[in-house]
Amino acid sequence: MSRAAERVDSAAATARKTGERLARAETLNATLHWSQELLDAEAARVDSMAAPGPLGGMPIAIKDNIVTVEQPTTCGSRILEGYLSPYTATAVERLRAAGAMVAAKTNLDEFAMGSSTEHSAYGRVQHPLDPTRVPGGSSGGSAALVAAGVVPAALGSETGGSVRQPASFCGVVGVKPSYGRVSRYGLVAFGSSLDCISVFGSTVDDAARVLSAMSGSDPLDATTLDRPPMEPPDTLGDLKGITVGLPKEYYPADLDPGVAAGLRRTQEVMRGLGAELREVSLPNSAYAVPTYYIVAPAEAAANLARYDGVRYGQRRVGGDGDIRALYRATRGEGFGAEVRRRILVGTYVLSSGYYDAYYRKAQEVRALIAGDFRRAFASGVDLLLTPTTPTPAFKAGEKTEDPVAMYLADIFVSAVSLAGLPALSLPAGRSEGLPVGAQLIAPFFEEPRLLAAAGALERVLSAEAEVR
Amino acid sequence: MTWETVIGLEVHVQLRTRTKMFCGCRTTFGDPPNTNVCPVCLGLPGALPIPNAAAVRLAVGGALALGCTVHPTSVFARKNYFYPDLPKGYQISQFNQPLATGGRVGFDSPERGRIEVGITRLHVEEDAGKLIHDRFPGKTAVDLNRAGIPLAEIVGEPDLRSPAEARAYLTTLRQILIYAEVSECSMEQGSLRVDANISLRRPGDTRLGTKTEVKNMNSFANVERALEAERARQAGLLESGERVTQVTLLFNAATGQVKPTRSKEESHDYRYFPDPDLPPLVLSPSWLEERRAALPELPEARRSRLESALGIPAYDARVLTSEVALADYFESVVAAGVEPKTAANWVMGDVMTTFNERGSFPISPVRLAELVSLVRQGVVSHQAAKRVYQELALSPDEQPRAAAERLGLLQVSDQGALGGWVEEVLAAHPAEVARFRGGEAKLMSFFVGQVMKRSRGKADPKGVQPVLADKLK
Repeated sequence: MSRAAERVDSAAATARKTGERLARAETLNATLHWSQELLDAEAARVDSMAAPGPLGGMPIAIKDNIVTVEQPTTCGSRILEGYLSPYTATAVERLRAAGAMVAAKTNLDEFAMGSSTEHSAYGRVQHPLDPTRVPGGSSGGSAALVAAGVVPAALGSETGGSVRQPASFCGVVGVKPSYGRVSRYGLVAFGSSLDCISVFGSTVDDAARVLSAMSGSDPLDATTLDRPPMEPPDTLGDLKGITVGLPKEYYPADLDPGVAAGLRRTQEVMRGLGAELREVSLPNSAYAVPTYYIVAPAEAAANLARYDGVRYGQRRVGGDGDIRALYRATRGEGFGAEVRRRILVGTYVLSSGYYDAYYRKAQEVRALIAGDFRRAFASGVDLLLTPTTPTPAFKAGEKTEDPVAMYLADIFVSAVSLAGLPALSLPAGRSEGLPVGAQLIAPFFEEPRLLAAAGALERVLSAEAEVR
Repeated sequence: MTWETVIGLEVHVQLRTRTKMFCGCRTTFGDPPNTNVCPVCLGLPGALPIPNAAAVRLAVGGALALGCTVHPTSVFARKNYFYPDLPKGYQISQFNQPLATGGRVGFDSPERGRIEVGITRLHVEEDAGKLIHDRFPGKTAVDLNRAGIPLAEIVGEPDLRSPAEARAYLTTLRQILIYAEVSECSMEQGSLRVDANISLRRPGDTRLGTKTEVKNMNSFANVERALEAERARQAGLLESGERVTQVTLLFNAATGQVKPTRSKEESHDYRYFPDPDLPPLVLSPSWLEERRAALPELPEARRSRLESALGIPAYDARVLTSEVALADYFESVVAAGVEPKTAANWVMGDVMTTFNERGSFPISPVRLAELVSLVRQGVVSHQAAKRVYQELALSPDEQPRAAAERLGLLQVSDQGALGGWVEEVLAAHPAEVARFRGGEAKLMSFFVGQVMKRSRGKADPKGVQPVLADKLK
């Protein structure tokens, strides 16, 4: 048998097996659109490629706020029910060109607004290890599929932790690149100055390969940086010569004991690998969540104005039959409560008379938060280590009635988003059976350093071991 | 009671690019609805804007031509409002960091002589689409071909003091922008639009009165008419002791009246904020210098050059430079060897008439120069040349000499033929012959004219006079 024929068999087989796993995982409610037919077509396309590419037949799930021509893109919202994009996102095009197969579109909090994937118009996603718990969010569907072993990697999107936080909850690797590293063209906008297409991987290597295949400047996104695509990093055998900063504000006294134990163990392992650990301070990170909840809703209020029922998506004709009534009915019924809440907040903070007090002030604080990170890295620290989340995965329904409690689930991930830095969440063991995540943060565009260190750590940390 | 009128104009011009402000769609006027659209200008989910470098270059050219300071850093901002012709629910414009500020336009006011109007700012933005109310009964259709077309908004200071002055300012502004190759400035095709702010106050008052905004004017003449109507309306209110309220008015060209817009008066809060999809627009000093050097000659400079270098009268220079095309044509005729004043007379006469009728020049400057040289050589008379010009306008490929020959307009200086026409003229006017012989020498020009007429312009006027003199002895 020729090598080419072998490859055909193997790609087709992967598509088949992925389909079987997707079918078995239906109870998680992690997918919104997939079919064996589309999977088989993807396998056929990969097989016909002259070379398998760096991702040679890897099945990848895509968060349903990233547009693809073959599947609908709903953003987990009623307002885009059945919406078909006439074009495919740059990141997905690049992954497919690298030999990846699009396996499924995954469930999410509506328009990526949420931290539990309970705010989807198409139902909540279950945690793969405990159906009564949430997988985190907003990229909960992608996180759950990787955690359940359905796919080795999946795309999510981050505005303020929406990949790192569910990666931590589900016990997988979640990498958020630097802002400007990956094209946003085709990622449905939420908070444009924060949005990053990000990656879940079952291993650091899977995530790194996917990130490197989709990175690089894009003539269709003016905010990508004009730098060459990221090379997959060399793996490190140890962490000798690396200084790791521990920002004291990220280790509060009331940190969940399981999370605290997971981080203690991670620190011990890092020391064991030769890293030097040192306390640092990021005082302005305390303001990250309120700052985030001004900047992101402001941008979202403008970004979501286009869903007006005039050109595409769902349309509801209101009582008076005039255009105002159409807007009111379409948007009032098409958006869920959390989306409406953020549009209202965003509209308010940009209003004349409030702009200076809220939006402008938030931008100033954002600059201070970013300045803290710059100072810490300039002081000789190579990476920062923090918990990814204050607790392991919480129960479904636990925070849905209290938006602020839900927002605080992102307390350790928001600052990094505001600063535009690369960071990842790495499984650091389990507490009472639930995964705990350790967050590593690197300077701007230092993803290779981040991923190399995480790779070294991953080999020694046992992700499934109980910590205490 | 007298009032001082205060007018400030906001002018939107379409930058003459091949493609839209933030995507690659064509900007062609008059294409079928919704054919020049893509994910970006339709505002589809996930699409992102990319600034059009050509539009920026043109806007910078316009700003420099208007004497503005172009800022090395300017910022695109989102102007948020809902309207069915606005696909994204916001317009990408510029707000508190515009491309350029602080220019001026000098021109002759019909009332005050030479004046200058300040330019507050010039910024770039994208156009919205168009609503069509008369296509489907009871429904409104949306055409998004215009959505995303690049515009420069030029905000003028309230320095104008009459509707006629506003019109003169617009004429000059348009001329400058056409010269600078920034915009076609065609109101018919919507590539130039004017919104006018007007208020009245007591002469000598330094505070501004309450202003109103007048829209929907489709020609400079209508801007003047609309402002006159609104000035009269405001004066009427003030004189009867009422107050002017801040409203937006639409001009109705058919009735000559202004009417408040039907939409309820809500004070818009556009919630401007910097567009996070677009990094600040940064222009290097060296590039700006290049743009300044590349600026085409502007109307005033050209006018004075035509006067000083070619020695043509100021009036001629003004007429010839009123349109770039006319001035270009004139200079080409001169370059082809025609004496400047002769060229000016031709271009301001027959050429301008046909240009105004057709919007183009029927014969090339070189052909016109050939024709003029036939007159100089005495091959055709000036009168005949004008007929040849009309003929050439219909068949531009023909040689002027061949056309003159075909029409039988070659000048005749043959003594026999001239003698024949002279005999006929003298025989037809015995009374005038008698008066001439009685000492009325000035009748000579009458006889020359009659001979020219009888010869249908063919007789060489220089040859006619000696023959006449001889026969009238």
